[in-house]
Amino acid sequence: MECNLKSGAGYDLLELSGEVDLQYSPQLREKILGSLRSGAPLLIDLGRVSYIDSSGIASLVEGFQAAKSAKLPYGLLNISSTALQVLTLTRLDKIFNLYTDAAHFEAQL
Amino acid sequence: MTSVAGTAASPAISIRNLFVDYFPRRILTDVNLDIPASQITVIMGQSGAGKTTLLRCMLGLKKPSSGSVHILGTDIVRASRRELNAVRKQMGVAFQGGALFSSMSVAENIQLALREHTSLDEKTIQIMTRIKLDMVNMLAAENLMPSELSGGMTKRAALARAIVMDPKLLFFDEPSAGLDPSTAAELDQLMITLKTTLRMTIIVVTHELDSIFKIADHIAVMANGRVIEFGTPQQIIASANPEIQGMLNRKPRENIVDTDAHLRRLVGG
Repeated sequence: MECNLKSGAGYDLLELSGEVDLQYSPQLREKILGSLRSGAPLLIDLGRVSYIDSSGIASLVEGFQAAKSAKLPYGLLNISSTALQVLTLTRLDKIFNLYTDAAHFEAQL
Repeated sequence: MTSVAGTAASPAISIRNLFVDYFPRRILTDVNLDIPASQITVIMGQSGAGKTTLLRCMLGLKKPSSGSVHILGTDIVRASRRELNAVRKQMGVAFQGGALFSSMSVAENIQLALREHTSLDEKTIQIMTRIKLDMVNMLAAENLMPSELSGGMTKRAALARAIVMDPKLLFFDEPSAGLDPSTAAELDQLMITLKTTLRMTIIVVTHELDSIFKIADHIAVMANGRVIEFGTPQQIIASANPEIQGMLNRKPRENIVDTDAHLRRLVGG
């Protein structure tokens, strides 16, 4: 997994690529929670994620909960059909704010 | 040349020339089988056909007398303990009776592997557990003890525990045994969903015909310690093998055994 955090434009953009699994999800969790601790809205780009397991999904859920507590906008961008299937199976597709265009997230800020 | 049951170009499991003896009985005889990845393969056969022994060989719980069992490319018959443990982390098993620890709650049972094999944060473990419980429609039961579960709930809890590490391979021993038709159908649907959504390779050992033809992409039919046929459900239904037709039509075994051999088994000599 590669994890690239970009700040600016009034929010943090976390770009992920590769496989998000048990090995890398702690790193993802730290990036998400670290970004939210800084007080910035967070958009996570999953467009180049080839696989995400339930530990990765758990990190996204924990981030969602932390963002909600801090009243910070939090969204997932370009989610792949495979990852969406996993979210749908766990009924999380209705909970997350999903975007196909960063401009739509920016419009919510 | 060895005849191999299976069609996969890159099988998740590849078994070659497998023999298992419980002296003086031979339990498995020259089993050759390729199990395709990301599909559901059902191993069916009557009691005593060798299904459970084959399953135990695939799990690395029974060392065969000879032959090889490649799981995700590793021959687990010859693997070191370390290699075997690495392969086992890719495998989830739901045993027939559930095999839940009676002194632990449902959630604690499911979390056990995560606590043993990962260094994940406690919050992540909790969320993962609840995700898996939600998948099997057991979220409300996370704090119950195994003794408080019905048969169907026990099976679902065992399944949640089996998939908690997101295994590439899921083994399910007699998932429908002892369940009412409605609960059995729910479990069948769940296995199909796991296959399509998580791309799991699922191996189911069962003799429940209703379930087999609902879930199977491929069926390996066992009799007398051998794989006597491997194919799609349509191919199995169309098989000309009288033993298979006997199983499908639930004919008594006496109709299809060699009477002389049967007499010898009964009276000896």
